[in-house]
Amino acid sequence: MARSTHILKSSYFDSVVLMRVASQLKKQDDISEVAMFMGTEGNHDLLAQVGLTTVKSREAGPQDLIVIVVADSEERAESTTQDALSMLTDRNAGQDNELDYRPRTLDAALGFLPDANLAALSIPGEFAAREASKCIDKGLNVFLFSDNVALADEISLKNKARRKNLLFMGPDCGTAYINGVGLGFANIIKSGRIGCIAASGTGLQAVVCELDRLGEGVSHAIGVGGRDLSSEVGGLMTTYSLELLEQDPATEVIILLSKPPSADVVEALEALCSEFSTPVVSCFQGAELPGNTFIQTATLDEAAATAVCRVNGREHVPVPFNLPDRISDLLEERGNKAAGKRVVGLFTGGTLAKEAQLLLSKELGPVAKSFEEHAGHIVVDLGDDQYTIGRPHPMISPEIRTEKLIELAETGDLADCGVVLVDLVLGKGSHLDPAQELVESIETLRKRRELSAEIVAVVIGTPEDPQDIAAQISVLDAAGITVFRSNSEAARYVAMLAAPACRENYMKEAS
Amino acid sequence: MKPDQSLLQQPIRVINIGLESFSEDLRKAEIPVIQMDWRPPAGGDLRLVALLDSLAEEA
Repeated sequence: MARSTHILKSSYFDSVVLMRVASQLKKQDDISEVAMFMGTEGNHDLLAQVGLTTVKSREAGPQDLIVIVVADSEERAESTTQDALSMLTDRNAGQDNELDYRPRTLDAALGFLPDANLAALSIPGEFAAREASKCIDKGLNVFLFSDNVALADEISLKNKARRKNLLFMGPDCGTAYINGVGLGFANIIKSGRIGCIAASGTGLQAVVCELDRLGEGVSHAIGVGGRDLSSEVGGLMTTYSLELLEQDPATEVIILLSKPPSADVVEALEALCSEFSTPVVSCFQGAELPGNTFIQTATLDEAAATAVCRVNGREHVPVPFNLPDRISDLLEERGNKAAGKRVVGLFTGGTLAKEAQLLLSKELGPVAKSFEEHAGHIVVDLGDDQYTIGRPHPMISPEIRTEKLIELAETGDLADCGVVLVDLVLGKGSHLDPAQELVESIETLRKRRELSAEIVAVVIGTPEDPQDIAAQISVLDAAGITVFRSNSEAARYVAMLAAPACRENYMKEAS
Repeated sequence: MKPDQSLLQQPIRVINIGLESFSEDLRKAEIPVIQMDWRPPAGGDLRLVALLDSLAEEA
């Protein structure tokens, strides 16, 4: 193995660009590692942690780029380093050609766009609070995509925003829609009468895609950050967003999504919403509230379907499957091949993983949430911080799932696996061909006879998304992967494959 | 609160600080957006940043 280290002085690149280039170059067989980081203190620690530090890399300062390549030969390490540098400089050259002015300061930016009303921030977390605070001072609403923002900073920024009647979406806010405009990882959806408030990125994506599929659209969808309904943050932005949507003439029904909120926050939200004329449909992932202020739903799909019925003046009756005949046919065809075997879920969306864990554990018993736990069934959120250190989120770069699948096969952990459950989240910002990436890894493992399990995929997206959802589904179909558009249906179907005892109940409810 | 002044009642106009692709997506949707050339302040030295901020506060 040969290792090359190159330092590019005084060149700032954002981490997603670096990680994208690195993961593209790493796909070559003779390249075992490509690490590209700015020389910040945190990144030096990270390089040391993964054993990639070199004498030369230590010389890099926070504004210098470090490129480390580990390859089969010195020549390949060197040529790949050069490829990396040209890929980055080509990107910058392209930007220069656009001749658009890029101000260095917020004041200069406001000089060019004086009536700007929103700042979208996606910079490293350690600097995000400082920049967000400056934006609030200038009267800008904030969409904060960055993660790793301290809880104390979140609370102080949200309080500051509230005092100025500004929205503070985030931190770690993946998706939002304001007046029909999608921000971050956004699916292309219709505008409509349903307003959403979400402390969950992929949960929001699943709901807006389901609304779109049911023919309805979204007025606004406000991301509030995963911790907003915790006791510490106290629902600061959820409360404000609820007030805004209640008064918004375009919004007829509100959907509120979050992991189980703290009891004091629920109490305050119930007190607020009990005065509302707009109905609020809630989905709190596994939490059932004693009160009836909210129209409570158990799953993301049920939340969407309930809201659609509400705007159309109908009551919603939840069913486990919308097409029970298809499920009967599938079960008949699959028989009991997966019965009693392990379920392995590898998700890119955290809320989708959580929902699958909840539904599966109801029928199958304990379901582990990380590879370290040694329970039989496992559903992992590969977007969790522990799997994304120094890597892009798996929605951008699903190669991490491929690597995990291969790793599990090599350690024999797929030998007793009856079903593999995965998600593909489409939309702006996401990988452009996740189906192909998945199918290639499945076919490799099938050829090596290391995978005989049934593969079930839930695809979250809309026909207008850049990935072409129909083409994505065809690729999966052709590879013998069973595709669902609803996360809860996919999880229930998987439960029925692994535990035939629950089939009768589900099918009875569905018919 | 004055709801008529909230973000929800206005066409959005964005200052994008960070990922270029967000600006590109907004431009495609014909939303006014300005991309900032953001770089870590004080050369990325967090201690120096804190020091500068406290000096600015005192001033």
